[in-house]
Amino acid sequence: MDSALLIHRLHFAFTITFHYLFPQLTMGLAPLIVVLKTLALRRHGEIYNQAARFWASIFGINFVLGVVTGIPMEFQFGTNWSHFSRFAGGVIGQTLAMEGMFAFFLESAFLGLFLYGEKRLTPRAHLWSAVAVFLGSWLSGYFIIATDAWMQYPVGYERAADGSIQLGSFWKLVLNPWAGWQYAHNMSGAAITGAFVMASIGAFYLLWGKYEEYGRIFVKVGVVAGCLFSVLQMFPTGDQQGQMVFRHQPPTLAAMEGLFTEQAGAPIVLIGQPNVDEGRIDNPVIIPGALGFLTYRRWGARMQGLDAFPPEFRPQNITLLYYSYHIMVGLGTIFIAIMMLSALLLWRGKLFQARWMLWILLLSLPFPYIANTAGWMTAELGRQPWLVYGLMLTADGYSKTVSAGNGLFTLLGFMGMYTVLGILFLFLVRREIERGPAAEAVGH
Amino acid sequence: MATLWFVIIAIMLTVYVVLDGFDLGAGVIYLIVAKTRDERRLVLRSIGPVWDGNEVWLVAAAGTLYFAFPQLYASSFSGFYLPLMMVLWLLMLRAIGIEFRAHIDNRVWQGFFDVVFSVSSALLAIFFGAALGNVVRGVPLDHEGYFFEPLWTNFKPGPHPGILDWYTILIGVLALVTLTVHGALYVALKTENDLSRRARDIAVMLWPVQLLLTCLSLIATYFVRPHVMTNYGVHPIGVLIPMVVVGSLAVMAWANRQGRAQEQRQSKKEKLAFLGSTLYIMGMLVGVAFALYPVLLPASTEPVYSLTINNSAAGHHGLVVGFIWWIIGTVLTLGYFVFVYRMFRGKVRLEGEGY
Repeated sequence: MDSALLIHRLHFAFTITFHYLFPQLTMGLAPLIVVLKTLALRRHGEIYNQAARFWASIFGINFVLGVVTGIPMEFQFGTNWSHFSRFAGGVIGQTLAMEGMFAFFLESAFLGLFLYGEKRLTPRAHLWSAVAVFLGSWLSGYFIIATDAWMQYPVGYERAADGSIQLGSFWKLVLNPWAGWQYAHNMSGAAITGAFVMASIGAFYLLWGKYEEYGRIFVKVGVVAGCLFSVLQMFPTGDQQGQMVFRHQPPTLAAMEGLFTEQAGAPIVLIGQPNVDEGRIDNPVIIPGALGFLTYRRWGARMQGLDAFPPEFRPQNITLLYYSYHIMVGLGTIFIAIMMLSALLLWRGKLFQARWMLWILLLSLPFPYIANTAGWMTAELGRQPWLVYGLMLTADGYSKTVSAGNGLFTLLGFMGMYTVLGILFLFLVRREIERGPAAEAVGH
Repeated sequence: MATLWFVIIAIMLTVYVVLDGFDLGAGVIYLIVAKTRDERRLVLRSIGPVWDGNEVWLVAAAGTLYFAFPQLYASSFSGFYLPLMMVLWLLMLRAIGIEFRAHIDNRVWQGFFDVVFSVSSALLAIFFGAALGNVVRGVPLDHEGYFFEPLWTNFKPGPHPGILDWYTILIGVLALVTLTVHGALYVALKTENDLSRRARDIAVMLWPVQLLLTCLSLIATYFVRPHVMTNYGVHPIGVLIPMVVVGSLAVMAWANRQGRAQEQRQSKKEKLAFLGSTLYIMGMLVGVAFALYPVLLPASTEPVYSLTINNSAAGHHGLVVGFIWWIIGTVLTLGYFVFVYRMFRGKVRLEGEGY
C-alpha cells in the first residue's frame, strides 16, 4: 500500500474514532436530560432538576470535546481527502453544509442558553431549550449519516462533463433509504451509550451508599431507556441495516460473516477465527443454516461467498471487518440480556437491592462505546476498497499534494493532543461524579 | 448563481470574523486587563454563552464553501495543510482553556488555562490574518488546480512563497491588532468600572497602531498584487468601501474620546465604538472580496491557473437547491442569535445569577 494513502487513512480513522466517543454520549444523553426536565416539571420535584443539572454538566464537558474534535473531521475532507472532495463535493457538501446551518447553530445557541440561562428562563422555557439541544444534536447526526450513507450507497447524483459528481436530486440524497435505517441503527446505538452511562453511574452511587435517591433515578431512567433501545438496536434497525448490506454490498456481507465459499445452508458463525489464506474459519462455533434465514428469510438458503467476487472488489481487511462485526453483534446481544434482566428486577421492585446486578450495570459502562466503535468499523471497513461505493476507490481519493511526511507529522500531533484531551476528560468527569449530583454547578 | 454564492460566503466569513473576532480579542487582552480573579471570571462570563455559537460560523462557512465551490475547498484546504492543522489545534486548546478552567477552583489549574486561552487566542488572530494575506497574495497553483505551501521559504512573496512571508506576517499583525481592539471594545461594553476603563484604554492606545498598519497593509497589497485595483477602476462604486473604513476608524476614535470624557453617557458611546470596530472589519473584508472577484484563489504561478467562481463552482442544480435551504437556515439562525444575545444582554456581573 502506498504509504501516503496509509497515513491519510490512519489519520481519518484515528481522529474519527476518537471524535465519535463524544457525540454518541451527547446524542444519547440529550433525550434523557429532556426526560429528567419533563419529570421535574410534571412532578414539581426539585430533585429531578438537580439530576438534570448534574447530567448537563457532564454533557457540557462531553460537548466541548465533541465540538473541538469534530471540526477537524469537516476540515479533513479538504486537507487529507482533496481528490475525493473535488470529485464528490457537489453532493456531500450539501449535507455537510446543512449540518452547520440547521444543526450546529441550533445546538450551540440553545446549549449556551441551557447551561448558562436557567435563572433567566422560566422552567418551561428551560425545558424547551433542552429540547432544542436534543433536536440539534439528533439533526446533526442525520446529516452525517446521510453523508456516509451516500458513500455507502450513492443515489441522486449526476456525472458532470469534467468527470466530477454533481447533485441530481436533492430529495433522493436526503431521503436515501440506506440513510433511514443506518440513522435509526446509529441513534439507537448512541441512546444505548447514554442509557448505560446513566444506569452505570446510578449503580455506582447505590453501591457506594451516597446520593442514593439520585442513584435510584439514574438507574430507573437508564434501565428503561436501555431496555427499549437495546431491543430496537437488534430489531428492526440492525436487521434492516443487514438487509441493506446484503442487497447493495454483497461482498461486504460475505466478509462480515466470514463466508469464504458459496454454499447451501450457510451457517452463522458465533465464534471462530477467520483464516484468509486457507479460506475457512478456524475453531468455529456455528448455527447451521441460519444465515439464509437472516438474508433470504429462508432457512438454509444458498449464499454467495467471497469467492463469487473478483479479489479487487473484496474488502481488503477481511479479518478486522469480521471481528468488528462479531464484536458489535455479540455485545448487542449481551446488552439485551443485561437490560431485560435489570428491567425485570426493576419491575419486581428488587433491582436496588440486587447488588450483583448493580455491579454488572456499573462494570458494563465501557462496552457500549466498544460496540458503537466496532459498528462504525464494520460500516467503513466493509465499504472498502471503495471510497464512494462503485464510483471512487479509496486509493484515488486522498490528497496527492500532501506527502506522507506531512501527514504523519499532523497524525502524531493529533495523537498527542487527543491523549491530553482524553486524560483531562476522564479527570474532570471523574471529579464531577465524585462531587455528586447535589453539588453546586460550576461556572465562570 | 456562482456570484451569489461568492457573496454569501464572503458574508458568512465576515460575520464569523466580526463575532468570533470579539471573543478572540477578549482572549488576547484577557491577561492584561483582568487583574483579579473576579475580573477574569467577568471577562469569561461575557463571552461564555456565545463563543461556541460564534465559532459555528466558521464551521458553517467552511461547509458552505465545500458545497458551493468543491474545487476551491479541495485545493485550498490541502494546500494550506499545515497551518490549518495548527489552527485546529489552537481552536482545541482555546476551547478547553475557556471551558475546563472553571471546573477546578485552584490557582495553578486556572493560571495554566488562563495562559492557554490567551496565547491560543492571539495566535489564532495572527493565523487568520496570515491566511487572508495568503489568499490576497496568491498561492502556487499548478495546472491541475492544486498546490502545497510550506510554512515558509525565503519570507518573500514570489511565485513560490511560503505561508509566512513579510506580507502575510504584516497582515497577521494587522489582524491581531484589529481583533484586539474589537475584543477590548466588547469587554468595555460588557463590563463596568476599572475593568471596562482598562479595556477601553487598550483600544484607545492601539488605535494609532491600527491606523498605521491599515495604511501600510494597503500600500503593501498594491505592491504585492497590483491587480487589486482593477475592480475599483471598473466599478467606481467600490470607492465607498475605503470610505466606510476611514469613517469607522474616525467613529471609533471619537466614541472612545467621548466615552472617556462623559462617564454618565458611557454605555451609548461604548456601543458606538464597538459598532465602529465592527464596520471597520466589515469594510476591510468586503474590500478584499470586492477586489478579488471573480477570482477565489489567485495563482502566484500563472494567472490562468487561478481558481475563479467559474472553474470551481458545483453544479447549477446543487447551487439552486442550496440557496433555498440556505435562506431557511439563515432566517432560523438569525432568530436564535437575536434571542440568545437578548437573553444575555447588558453588563455582566458576578453576584446573583448564573450568568
